[in-house]
Amino acid sequence: MDIDKDLVAAMATPLVLAILAEHENYGYAILKRVRELSGGDLEWTDGMLYPLLHRLERLGLVRATWGLSAEGRRRRNYRITDAGLAQLADQRRQWATANRTLGQVWGNAIPVGV
Amino acid sequence: MTVENSETHIGQWRAAILRGSAVTEADADELEGHLREQIADLEKAGLTGEEAFLISVRRLGEVDRLTAEFARAHSDRLWKQLALTQAEPRDRRSLTVMLAFALASAVLVQVLRLLAAGTVIGYPTFSLNVSFLIFPVLAAYFLVIRRMRWQRIAAAAALVAGIAVAVNLFPMGMASTTHTLVTLHLPVLLWFVVGFAYVGGEVRLSTRRMDFLRFSGEWAIYYALIALGGAVLMGLTMLVLTPFGGAASNIVLDWVLPSGIAGAVIVAAWLVEAKKSVIENLAPVLTAIFTPLFAIMLVVAAVAWAVAGVWQNFDRELLIGFDALLLVVVALVVYGISARDSAAGHNAMDVIRMLAVAAAIILDVLVLVSMFSRIGEYGFTANRVAALGLNLILLVNLAVTLWFLARLVAGTSPAIRLERWQTGYLPVFAAWVLVVVLALPPIFGFA
Repeated sequence: MDIDKDLVAAMATPLVLAILAEHENYGYAILKRVRELSGGDLEWTDGMLYPLLHRLERLGLVRATWGLSAEGRRRRNYRITDAGLAQLADQRRQWATANRTLGQVWGNAIPVGV
Repeated sequence: MTVENSETHIGQWRAAILRGSAVTEADADELEGHLREQIADLEKAGLTGEEAFLISVRRLGEVDRLTAEFARAHSDRLWKQLALTQAEPRDRRSLTVMLAFALASAVLVQVLRLLAAGTVIGYPTFSLNVSFLIFPVLAAYFLVIRRMRWQRIAAAAALVAGIAVAVNLFPMGMASTTHTLVTLHLPVLLWFVVGFAYVGGEVRLSTRRMDFLRFSGEWAIYYALIALGGAVLMGLTMLVLTPFGGAASNIVLDWVLPSGIAGAVIVAAWLVEAKKSVIENLAPVLTAIFTPLFAIMLVVAAVAWAVAGVWQNFDRELLIGFDALLLVVVALVVYGISARDSAAGHNAMDVIRMLAVAAAIILDVLVLVSMFSRIGEYGFTANRVAALGLNLILLVNLAVTLWFLARLVAGTSPAIRLERWQTGYLPVFAAWVLVVVLALPPIFGFA
């Protein structure tokens, strides 16, 4: 299934924040989690995650620290901050509203193509 | 795919990513970690090394789009910062040394000014000697940070001391022409001493001389910028002090202005060295902008002068202006070639340069012919000899420069020959300035 680019872009921030709200994580594992959650439906250019993470860091929504991977490679871990959690809660309200609104008008009248 | 092969591929990809100016080493580490983990996962799933690499790179996205996205997220990184706040201890030490020398120069200038204000010495003596308290301090600064051998330091110090004693022993009248000439040429002469210290005494090396020329151009630009800032500061200070009357403004003019002028010489030099590898040189950029404009002006002027015959009425007082014009043309050539790859062939700019030089030579020859044809009308004075000598020296420089430019454009001579010519000519300039300072005053009876 193809998901509209703008929709993917709009989802990116709450999705990454929600994954980081589970626990501290790093880039590659975040992307693996995205694939797992969407069942592979959400196609994302992997590299674009990093500028997004850096933007969130600058906004103070996540904090990055350098750690080491199992193979001893330098790895940047990201953790959500209190401001990030507040932002996530706000995003969640917005998405819930969008969901509810669309759900009402769609009802069961329009079938979902599988 | 072998392991080495895959390492080369990853290395090449990393280098391509790093070419994006907003991508730091840390970002590349992070992306490379991602790439390696993805490759490992795909290989575990049964793909060959090569397949795994290609798919992983593809998933990360096109390098151009990726680096563009980094540039959007970190637009500040596109502006290279000369950060002084988070300086390393080594940088902080260099800052301290620089400030100490700037302060020393400022204090020395103030002492001399107080002597002049207390009528111990006259103001003409002040203006004659003030450059000895500025440029040798800059030279000393370079001697210290270059850790030069003491023999060379002693030689430079002896030279400066010798010149200082000589010009002060000259019985020149305070308002005499020779006094003015020496006062104006001393800073240039002492700048060559700065050059000796700058290159760490390696004056024979053409490449080091070229470094000094680059340094001089950048220094001039930085000094001009600092002076602009200083002028704004002084102007606003005067404004704020207006209610206190003229006396308060005079205190600022006496204490801050001379110290600032002296200290900024060292600060500008330090800035040039500190940002040398951080920011692109400005002199070649300015040269690239102004070379075509000067070329147009010079060609139009040469044609107009020759056609209208106005050169026959040339006013000899304008000769100093012509020296300045030729000096600018030489500077345009020098800073034009200072930024080019000396092994590369010629380009359109070399043709423009050649036109500018040719037109400048024609103009200057017209002027000189006019002057020599009327040589009987006026005798030689110190001023005229100084102006004429400089003019001839510049003319010879430009004539040979034109020859090398022509051969460069014809493809029979590499650009390095032109560079060597310019750096090799520096001693001629130095010698001439030395003649003006030490020989002209006695020859013309200190008039």
